[in-house]
Amino acid sequence: MSAALDVFSLLAIGAGVFFFVAGTVALVRFPDSLSRLHALTKADNLGLGLVVIGLLPRAGSPLAALKLVVLWALVQVSSATVAQLIGGALRRRDAET
Amino acid sequence: MTVFDALDLAIAALVLGVAAWTIAAREMFSAVVGYVAYGLLLAIVWVRLYAPDVALTEAAIGGGVTGVLLVVASKRLGRLPQPEAGPGLGLKLAAAGLAALVAGLIAAALLYLPDPAPSLAPEADRHLAQTGLGNAVTAVLIAYRSFDTMLEKVVLVLAVVGVWSVAPDRFWGGRPAPLGPASPDPALVFLARVLAPVGLVIGVQIFWVGADEPGGAFQGGAILAAMAMIVMMARLMRPPRIGSRRLRLALIAGPAVFLVVGLAGPLIAGSFFAYPAGFAKPLILFIEAFMVLSIAATLPLLVAGPPNGEGEP
Repeated sequence: MSAALDVFSLLAIGAGVFFFVAGTVALVRFPDSLSRLHALTKADNLGLGLVVIGLLPRAGSPLAALKLVVLWALVQVSSATVAQLIGGALRRRDAET
Repeated sequence: MTVFDALDLAIAALVLGVAAWTIAAREMFSAVVGYVAYGLLLAIVWVRLYAPDVALTEAAIGGGVTGVLLVVASKRLGRLPQPEAGPGLGLKLAAAGLAALVAGLIAAALLYLPDPAPSLAPEADRHLAQTGLGNAVTAVLIAYRSFDTMLEKVVLVLAVVGVWSVAPDRFWGGRPAPLGPASPDPALVFLARVLAPVGLVIGVQIFWVGADEPGGAFQGGAILAAMAMIVMMARLMRPPRIGSRRLRLALIAGPAVFLVVGLAGPLIAGSFFAYPAGFAKPLILFIEAFMVLSIAATLPLLVAGPPNGEGEP
C-alpha cells in the first residue's frame, strides 16, 4: 500500500515539476507579455496543484493535508488576480501607444 | 555532494545573482522587483538554515511590506521632477566602497568565529520550561531579552512619528493619501474582499501558535498589516486620520502594555521585566496580543506616508 502511495506521490510531483519547467521555459521563450502571462499562470496553478496532490498522502494528519489544499487555493486566488492586474496594465499600456 | 548540498549551492548562487541584478538595474521599479525577489529567496535560505521563524519574518517584511513600501515610494518619486544628473562617479564609488567594507567585515566576523561557535541555544532551551513556551525564539524575544524587544517596538512608533513629522502643518491630523489608483481594478477589489478575512484568521493563528511553534507577534502582525494594505489599495477603506485617538492608542498599545508589565515586574516577580513563576505564558501572550495590534497599525501607516492633502475628499 505504502509503495503504491509512494509511486502516486512520485508521479504527481513529477508531473507538477514538469508543468513548472514548461511554464518557466515559456516565460523565457514566448514572444509577448500576454502569452508569457498565459503560460505562466496555467503552468503554475496546475503545477502547484499536482505537487500538492502528490504531497497529500505524505501529510501527517488530515489537518496538515487540509492546510496544503488551502495553501493551493490561496495561491490560485492571488495568482489569478495578479494575472488580471498585469493583463489590465498591459492593455492600458498598449492602448496608450 | 548530496542533493541538499547542490540545492544550497544553487540557492546561494541565485541569491547573489538576484542581488547583483538588483544593484545593476537601471529602472527604479525593476530594482524594487529584484529586491522583493531577493527577500523571498532569503526566506528560503533561512528555511534551509533551520530558522523558520526568521524565514517567516523575512518573507513578510523583507519580501512583502518593504516591497510595498518601495513600490509606493518609487511611484511617488517618479512623479517628482527628476534631477538632471544622477549621483556622480565619486559618490557611487564611495557608496560601493562602504557597502563592500560592511560586507567584508561581516564575512570576516563569520569566518573567524571559533569552532564550535559560541552558542546560547542549549541555555535557552534548558530554561524553556520556566516560561511555559514551546518555541525558544519566542522565549528569547519576549522573556529572556524582553527589554530589547520592547525597545524595538518603541523604534517602530518612532518611525511612524518620523514619517508624520514631514507632513505640512496645514494637513496635520488629516488622512494620508490613498494607497491605490482612484479607480482600482475590479480584480483587486475582489482579491481584497476574498483574501482579507482569510488573512485575518491566518495572521491571528500565526501569532497564537508562535508560543509553541514557528510564528509569533511580528509575523502575525505583518500579515494583518498586509491585509489592511490590500483593503486600502482596493479603496474599500481610507487610510485613517493620523489625529485619531483610537489609531494612536493602537500604535502605542504594544510597547505601552509591555512597559507596564515590565515595570510591574519588581512588585509581582522580584525584578524588572520578570514574569511571576507559573504565570509567564499568559502574560507573554497578553503582551504579544497588543504588540500584534501595534505592528498591524504601524506598518500600513509607514507605507501610507504623511498626510499631504490628497487623502481628504
